[in-house]
Amino acid sequence: MTTDLVSRFVKRYVAGATIDIDFRQSTDSSNVTALFGPSGCGKTTLLRCLAGLIHPDEGVIQFRDQTWFAADRNIALSPQQRDIGFLFQEYALFPHLTVTENIGYGVHDHTSAQRQHRVAQMLELFDLKGLELRHPRQLSGGQQQRVALARTLARRPKLLLLDEPLSALDTLLREQLRGELRAVLAELGTPVILVTHDRVEAIALADRVAVIDAGSIQQIGSVQDVFTRPKNAALARLVGMETIVSGEIVDVLDGLATVRVGTTSLLAVAPLTAVRQVHVCIKGEDVALQKGSSGSSSVRNHLNATIRSLTQEGPLVRVGLDCGFELTSLITRPASEELQLKVGDPITAMLKAPAIHLVPAAAGSLSASHPG
Amino acid sequence: MDWAAIWLTMKLASATTLILFVAGLPLAYWLAMSRWPGRFVIEAVVALPLVLPPTVLGYYLLVTMGPYGVLGQISTSLFGVRLPFTFAGILVGSVLFNLPFAVRPFAAAFAAMDRQLIEASWCLGVSRFETFRRVTLPLCWPGILAGLILTFAHTVGEFGVVLMIGGNLEGKTRTASVSIYDSVQALDYQTAGQTALLLLVFSFTVLCLAQWLGRRGGPV
Repeated sequence: MTTDLVSRFVKRYVAGATIDIDFRQSTDSSNVTALFGPSGCGKTTLLRCLAGLIHPDEGVIQFRDQTWFAADRNIALSPQQRDIGFLFQEYALFPHLTVTENIGYGVHDHTSAQRQHRVAQMLELFDLKGLELRHPRQLSGGQQQRVALARTLARRPKLLLLDEPLSALDTLLREQLRGELRAVLAELGTPVILVTHDRVEAIALADRVAVIDAGSIQQIGSVQDVFTRPKNAALARLVGMETIVSGEIVDVLDGLATVRVGTTSLLAVAPLTAVRQVHVCIKGEDVALQKGSSGSSSVRNHLNATIRSLTQEGPLVRVGLDCGFELTSLITRPASEELQLKVGDPITAMLKAPAIHLVPAAAGSLSASHPG
Repeated sequence: MDWAAIWLTMKLASATTLILFVAGLPLAYWLAMSRWPGRFVIEAVVALPLVLPPTVLGYYLLVTMGPYGVLGQISTSLFGVRLPFTFAGILVGSVLFNLPFAVRPFAAAFAAMDRQLIEASWCLGVSRFETFRRVTLPLCWPGILAGLILTFAHTVGEFGVVLMIGGNLEGKTRTASVSIYDSVQALDYQTAGQTALLLLVFSFTVLCLAQWLGRRGGPV
């Protein structure tokens, strides 16, 4: 495993905020890292420092054998010198140029034939044929996103930086494009760092997640690690998705999918894209508990479970359940007392189908990082 | 009509506009993009001719252009040119006096532009100058053109600074507006009226053009 990117720096703002980052990215199997955190946490600052659009006050940024920034040696390469691709949140397409001109804008090949060939490749790859002469304002949101990505990739950057790549789209489109974008990024082979404040986006697109809060990285690890095993309560609140497990869609009927998870089956709203392998994401507060075991097993997401752990978290109780897979429930303390919960007791966990989020799985990322 | 004066006026206005196009664009770009806290001082200097009486600017320029003034010494030793009461002199005065009419519309157009487009271009490996040429200029041209038209029109109507620095030398420093003043002094109301009407029609046409461009907006 070689380290691709080392960035260790401090950036101070006049208003008093300080960003203190120690971030590395390696060229092993996981090539997509999501910087996840609330707005104003410093994740965009990190991205812009990597791009060279702003410079830190102290520290070092090193990419492979090239020093991009070193405060003590007065090195600060411009964005033009860094061989990066940067996808802006609002795409920043040039309004006075056509689709073709936008995509070819940064391609510096020697001959115009080479350049045209490269642009044609991109039009093909991103399914933009027939739109060559359109201007950005004549494109839909999804088409704009594809043009912006094509423009960024046309010059074959060595590192790809994405700033909230899907947030400019409406909800329905966002869900469709999530899968497409994941496929493109996986095929690319280029290391990717993306910024997002959306859990589902991070889970869908990334192999690795760095949670940033209050100007520094709080936890970094695989998607499953970060979202299901937050290091502390503050991080748990930040990531806010207590259960993430891999599942397989075995049947879809009337928009409802039957998902096999471990030894259990769940009924969930089917995802828009046809996939088999999914991440099943469930928030703790969406898991209701009922005393005793339900007669028939797993009818309409009534799951027979055993209580594995009970943890007090302020006014809430975090209940660890085993129902064929690990499931976490968050209930209020009075509710827990009323149910007289004890570790080892049988109990019924109830889930509404819309509360189960199915996110298309990145090919093998969960099982690869967690063989156990 | 005093055709020599009208010809001289056109020459002065064209030269002023050209110089302010070349020198004003970088200055305006810097004003629009800079985050330097002392920027407002430069902005105030650029705006000064808007409120300063032309005679005041003319007086100071005349003094500094004289044989003992800084400008005078520089121009004589470097170019062998004397500035007071020459075309070169009124050109210097006109450029300075028109600074706000060029730089302010330019800067407004640059400031209204989406900065991310510039950053996007940089991240695509395109140099700062090329970015300016390929992205900033095409998107800001209505504002830039409006500034150039205002500058040209304002120079055509300039009177006080020209008279203070250039005096009233036929074919050298007598512009159309000075010529009108001269005709009135000589009680030749007919010539004055003709030249005045020409300037009125010209100014009105130009302002219509500038308004129309302004309605087309700044950056697309």
